[in-house]
Amino acid sequence: MKKVYLDHVATTPVLPEVLEAMLPYFKDAYGNAQSLHDWGDESREAIEDARSRVADLIGAQAEEIIFTSSGTESNNFAIKGLAMAQQSKGKHIVVSAIEHFSVLHSARTLEKWGFEMTQVPVDRYGMINPDEVSRSLRKDTVLVSIMHGNSEVGTIQPIKEIAELAKEAGAIFHTDAVATAGTIPVDVRELKLDALSLAGNQFYGPKGVGALWLKKGLRIIPFLDGGVQEGGKRPGTENIPAIVGMGKAAELAKAEMESRIHRFSALRDKLIAGLLSRLEHVILTGHPTQRLPGNASFCVEFIEGEAMLMLLNHQGIAASSGSACTSRALKASHVLIAMGIPHEVAQGSLLFSFGLENTEEDVDYVLEALPPIVDRLRQMSPLYAKFLKSQKGGE
Amino acid sequence: MPIYSDKVMEHFMNPRNVGEIEDADGIGEVGNPVCGDMMTFYIKVDDNHLSDVKFKTFGCGAAIAVSSIVSEMAKGKTLEEAKRITPALVAQELEGLPKNKYHCSNLGAQALNKAIDDYLKKQGKVAKSKKRGKDEKD
Repeated sequence: MKKVYLDHVATTPVLPEVLEAMLPYFKDAYGNAQSLHDWGDESREAIEDARSRVADLIGAQAEEIIFTSSGTESNNFAIKGLAMAQQSKGKHIVVSAIEHFSVLHSARTLEKWGFEMTQVPVDRYGMINPDEVSRSLRKDTVLVSIMHGNSEVGTIQPIKEIAELAKEAGAIFHTDAVATAGTIPVDVRELKLDALSLAGNQFYGPKGVGALWLKKGLRIIPFLDGGVQEGGKRPGTENIPAIVGMGKAAELAKAEMESRIHRFSALRDKLIAGLLSRLEHVILTGHPTQRLPGNASFCVEFIEGEAMLMLLNHQGIAASSGSACTSRALKASHVLIAMGIPHEVAQGSLLFSFGLENTEEDVDYVLEALPPIVDRLRQMSPLYAKFLKSQKGGE
Repeated sequence: MPIYSDKVMEHFMNPRNVGEIEDADGIGEVGNPVCGDMMTFYIKVDDNHLSDVKFKTFGCGAAIAVSSIVSEMAKGKTLEEAKRITPALVAQELEGLPKNKYHCSNLGAQALNKAIDDYLKKQGKVAKSKKRGKDEKD
């Protein structure tokens, strides 16, 4: 059976060149990077080399990069660590309603620690209006964290404008760039950022490694106490193979970015146009143009996402969904709800995300496979039956 | 997706008795607004037996499998027998349901019960049925 992986938001595969670069650090080059001998030197150099490549990817300086275990850790570290370091100046933070849980839940933890939080709403495209950010800023606002791109619906925020507003108000500006760094151009100086989170497994690096970029001179309170690794900000023996892999992936992402964007956008647009023309009562979620190159996200009305995923999987297609039934908590995606999408429509959430191994044939395969699946589930759906009856009644 | 048993997958992939009964003797509709699953059961009653059972379901894989197996379990049974189908029995028959899905997807027995109550109500036997229906739910 044909296999088509269209769940790159969950994770990308590791590129062969990336794996190749990592392998020596599992076996022969096993030294602890803090050791004062050849073994240690070799590992230390590997980390510093990776640091430069990650810094290059986002227009930063190498010494501003702190390696972490994931995008989630980077976000936790930034939100809690930066806010705690500023608490003598004020205890108010601003985030958006569509942040990843690693930002939202960190902000809630800060609330428990005595901070106040304002959530900025989004419009029906998942777009944040900078004026809303302006309105939420207060004298005691110390931190604003707004994501760069949303992986669920693909919307890319006007991050530079928002960063400028935050900084005019004297707040630190952090962005969760897990969905964008390594995917679209991100330049921390040009975007006027103070802090940025990224994750290796979003651009063909390995899982278990992320990074936090912190503008030089910015104070942060570390989570972990320990040794001198990562400048003492993130102690613990480094995950060298993963760090090396992220470095290699960053280098490739930078070199190939333009061609990747071009390829993914073409596949995305073909799928979006194809599905919208083949299926009725399907809406594109997220912004029609300001969106991530590989993101084709929809809500299919009258049916539920998990059932679609299961039938797609049966045809060898991997996708994802923000429906309540697909989440462990059985709650519809907070992103879709924040965009004003009704609960029953959000239940039909379906997300295809493209990557390097995808082709036009993959898109054709999905365009062929999905309509019968939708038909089949609609034939079973009492909501669809009601809709058809209401249509008849209206005639 | 191995979160589901083979039996759930089999019923999800090949659901029995999907559809509506135009001249149904009883209709039962249940929905869970929290997770969004909805089921409608249609029954045909002949000589106190369920001669036909059909359903329509909006929901996850488990919800569809539950509906399918309830329809199968109920078909041919007397009304009294059919009313003794509980969510626990349904889950057992499906070789288990994921813990977090147990309550929201396992609405089939309730929908069937409602359809039977609807039939009894139309027959003027409402009081007895309502009481039993409540007991069954708990």
